[in-house]
Order: sequence, then C-alpha cells, then structure tokens
Amino acid sequence: MRTLPVLTRLAWRYLWRNHRRTMIMVSAIAVGVWAMIFMTAMSRGMVDQVIEDGVSALPGHVQVHNPQFLDDPSVANRIQISDAELSRTFGAMDFKAWASRVRVPAVIASEYESRGVTLLGIDPVAERAFGYLDYDDVEGRFLEGVDDDGIVIGRKLADKLETRVGKRVVLMSQDPDNEIADRGFRVVGLFEAEVPAFEEGNVFVGKTVAQKMLRIGDTTTEIVFLGDSYRDVEPIYDKVVSGVDGSLEVSRWSEIATYLGSMLSVMDGFVMIWMIVIFLALSFGLVNTLVMAVFERVREIGLMLALGMKPANILGQIIIESMLLLAVGLVIGDVLAWATIQPLRGGIDISIVAEGMEMMGAASVLYPRLYLGDMVLANVIVLSLGFLASLSPAWRASRYEPVEAITKVG
Amino acid sequence: MTAVRCVDLCKTYRQGDEDIKALDHVSIDIEPGGFVCLSAPSGGGKTTLLNAIGGLDMPDSGEVWVADRRIDRLSKGELAELRLSSIGFVFQAYNLIPVLTARENIEFVMQVQGVPAKERAEKSMAILEEVGLTGLEDRRPAEMSGGQQQRVAVARAIVSRPALVLADEPTANLDSKTSDELMELFTALNRHHNTTFVIATHDQRVMGYAKRLVRMLDGRIVDDIEQDAA
Repeated sequence: MRTLPVLTRLAWRYLWRNHRRTMIMVSAIAVGVWAMIFMTAMSRGMVDQVIEDGVSALPGHVQVHNPQFLDDPSVANRIQISDAELSRTFGAMDFKAWASRVRVPAVIASEYESRGVTLLGIDPVAERAFGYLDYDDVEGRFLEGVDDDGIVIGRKLADKLETRVGKRVVLMSQDPDNEIADRGFRVVGLFEAEVPAFEEGNVFVGKTVAQKMLRIGDTTTEIVFLGDSYRDVEPIYDKVVSGVDGSLEVSRWSEIATYLGSMLSVMDGFVMIWMIVIFLALSFGLVNTLVMAVFERVREIGLMLALGMKPANILGQIIIESMLLLAVGLVIGDVLAWATIQPLRGGIDISIVAEGMEMMGAASVLYPRLYLGDMVLANVIVLSLGFLASLSPAWRASRYEPVEAITKVG
Repeated sequence: MTAVRCVDLCKTYRQGDEDIKALDHVSIDIEPGGFVCLSAPSGGGKTTLLNAIGGLDMPDSGEVWVADRRIDRLSKGELAELRLSSIGFVFQAYNLIPVLTARENIEFVMQVQGVPAKERAEKSMAILEEVGLTGLEDRRPAEMSGGQQQRVAVARAIVSRPALVLADEPTANLDSKTSDELMELFTALNRHHNTTFVIATHDQRVMGYAKRLVRMLDGRIVDDIEQDAA
C-alpha cells in the first residue's frame, strides 16, 4: 500500500506520455460505454413498455385465484369468499392498491356483430389506481360505481361491432350451473388503449351488476394487488400469501403472463451479453495499447526494478494504468449516455415501424429507460473485464530481468 | 565484516555459437568505506561483476555476499528489498524515469521505501543543493543536460544514504569538468558518510580518485592495487 501513490502517479503520467494514443483509446472506450448504456436504455424502454402494458392488461402484480381458475376461467372456479370478508382481510394491509373483480370469458353482441371478449366486473374506484385506463380520456364516461348498469368497451371493439355510445349491446356468459347468463347493457363509454389487443378484448361493467348477471352472489373470481414496481413483487407477494389460506392460489404476474416473464429474463441476459460483446471489441484496443505502453518503456521498467521496485509493483502499475484509462473513458461514456438519453425521455416516435412493434405488443412511441443498475453494470463489466485483459501485459512487464531490460536496445 | 564479498564467481554468456566467460573464478573482498574502481576494456567483466554485486544478475557459480548476507540465493522480491534498502545505483545512461521531475526522481526510491512526504521533500531539496541543481527540481529529464541528469541520478542513489553505491561508467556521457565534480561528490560522500563505492569505468580520471584499483581482463582479476586517491 505504501507504493500506491507513486504507482498511481507513474501510471497517470505514463498514460499521458503518448496522449494521442491515449485519447484515441479513451474515445473508443467512451463510445463503447455510450453504446452499451444507450442501446440498453432503448431496449429496456421497449421491453418495459411491453411488460408494463402487458401487466396493466392483466392487471395487477400479484393475483389470487381459485387454483382451477387459470386453467378454466369460469365462474364455477371462483373464490368462495365474500367481498365483505376480503375487505376485512386485505383492507387493513398496506398495499399501493388492491381490488377484487369478476373476470370471465363472455360474448358481446350488437345488432350487427358478435365477439368473444373478457368481461371484467370491477369496482371503478378501487381499480383507478391500477392505471390501465385513463377514466377521463374515455369517450362518454367511465363506470361510476359497482352498481353502474352501463358498459364501457374499447373503440376498436365498437368499430367491429358497429356500435357507439348510447347504443345497446348484449353480454352473454355462463353461470355456475353452466346455464346461459345474459344481460343487455347500454354502451356508456369507449376507451382507447396503447395495446390494440386490450382495446378489442376487454369490456368493463360494474362488479355488482356482473355478480347479479352471473348469479354468484357477492363472490368474485380474482383479487389483484399492485406494488411499486413490476420488478419487485416479492414484498407484496409475501404479504398476500400471509393473508390467504392454502385453498387459494397466489401468483406473481410473471407466473400468469409467462411470455412477459421470460421476456424480462431474456432482456436481462441480452443486456449482459450486449455489454460483454462491446467490451470484447474494446479489449483488443485496450490490450494493444497496454502492450505498446509496456514495450516502449522496457528500459524504464528495468530501471525501476534495479532501484528496488518489486515485480508486483510493476504489475500493479500497469493494472492501475489500465484502470485509469478505463475510468476516464467510463466517465466520459457515462456522461455522454446520460446527456443523450435525457432529451429523449419524452419518447421517440417510432410509428414508422409501428406495425412491427404492434406485433410485439409495443406502442408506437418508445420511451428510453436509463436505470442506475444498468449504468453500474456497464461500468462494472468494463472495469472487471478490463482488469482481466490488462493482466497479461502487466504480468509480462513484471517478469523482465532488470539487466536485460536496462540494456534493451530501443 | 566486509561490505562486499565475492567468492569464485563464474558467469558465461552464450553469443551465437560462442561461450564468453564474463566472470572466470573471480573472488574479491571490499571493506566498508572502500572506494574501488573496476577497470577493464569492453567485455572485460566489470559490468557483470557490478551487476552480480547488486543482485541484478546471478552468477552461474560462486557466492556473492553484501553486508555479510549471501544474496545469490535470494528471491527476486528479497533482492529488490535489498537493493531498495542498502544499495544505490548509478548507470551509464537511461538513468531517470522520464515522466517524473528531477525532484520526483530523487524521491522515487524514498517513496517506495515509505519515507513520509515531508521528510522526502526535505531530503530531496537538500541533496539537490548538494549536487548543485537547486532551481531545477521541477524539470523533467528531457529538459536537462546529460550532466544534470547524471547528477540527479547520483542524488537519487545517495539520498537515502545506502551503505553501498554501485556506479557503472557514471562519467561516460559527461564532460571533464562535470566528471570531476561528480567524482568530488563521490569522494566526499565516501569520506564523510563512509559509503562504500564500487565504480566500473575505463576512464583514467575516475581511476585517479579510487583508493583501490582492480583491473580485469577476460573475466578475471589481473591486478588489484591500493593507491593514493586524488
């Protein structure tokens, strides 16, 4: 440790002895780091949006069902707990939001067309916090309470049914005895959603109205809970598990939407691979720079060894030099990435490729997401792999024999 | 106690198809406070002997003792520690670290030794004055003449008062006036601090300053005489 100051000073001075070469390498590192972070932010933005839209279409980060419900989502497989009891259990717990709802497959018919949809019988007040719809952005109005007898459908669905606000539609499903349960509703609102499939496939009615139509008393089929982030659901998962008995199934969103769950894992793996690939390209330049830096000062290394510097100190000096080079490149790359991502936080219009994005379930505006964790990961990868890449030239430098090094003809 | 003791040293180099005996059964004792010149024509073995004494090069056979410690069996790290703590080196050329200033070059050994910054600064400024380089402390080697660089190297070699100073052709790149000044400095250090000097040279003027002149030829000591120093 006593040699650290002098090693650092030597490393820094040697770094700038050939400032042109160092600047080229620093620029390469900075651009590489920028590319790592910028592309990661773009990818994160896209995947986050797909996942968030997907999760909001569920919606809820943790859900409770009858164990058979996910395989057979009918009211026969409902949760046999009353609304009042659910309120007693979960009302006292601290969730960002929670709600119980009726969610069953149904058929909606206008006078012209009929479609298969998911019927959501909801409490609009409790569901507002889930944020999957902006109630104020609905044409007409959104539901006003659990006993609101109107229906809110998506604009795209309305187009297909050739219906509009004020007209009547019929909703049809099955009751617990597998008898037809149907009811006429007046369309009171049309909503739009980022994801077209959500707009076409879901209809909203008051929860009590749905319970009456399906003849299920005050029971529901789904209880949903919202946490602060879809990435960190474990705390609320544990809390929900503690509140239900073993007859019910508690699921994380990633277990329900397995495609989205795997997408998140794939994305994390992709980010890591992307960063490593960029670094590998950089590492050739880094190793070359260090080899040249060592080669052009063999005699000076010999001199230092002759004066009493230990081989380990020479090794340390070259590694410090490498770390300083990387650190300068990292700082510039980090700042560059932040400076280029910040102005794009409002979103990038990618409507030119909207069709392709739509297939992935993404919207036509991409919001880059710069996570501190990704920046730290990029920095850690560059520093740790840079350390490994610098070991070979540093080791060779430390193995010189003083006499041979001093007498080396330059 | 001897400052340096070499017993039956042999060292052979291979040059092309030919074996060259750089040291051929060389034995020599040097007392503390000695001022010895090793004189030989090029290839005579003086630098090889100097390097063996400094632990920079290992003999093929024989023993090397420095301050009653056998050094030819030490590891690289132990040799580095010995050089750092007990031996000052002055080489013919490429003596300084080019990215450090004169003062930083002088402080280099002390810094590796772990001498506190304040003490380093005091010692380096004092030695700069002693070698006549006051005012040049912030210059880098490229901004100094050959003589000035060599004086910085000498200052670095002696600043931490090593018991032994090994100098290989220290005046080779200096004019006669600077050579004399350098040798006067060596003589003074030898006299006042009892520092042992072993100098490899073929400069007659340098030999004139030595108390003991050892002549070598083809890797062997052919003459070893005490003399009155200049």
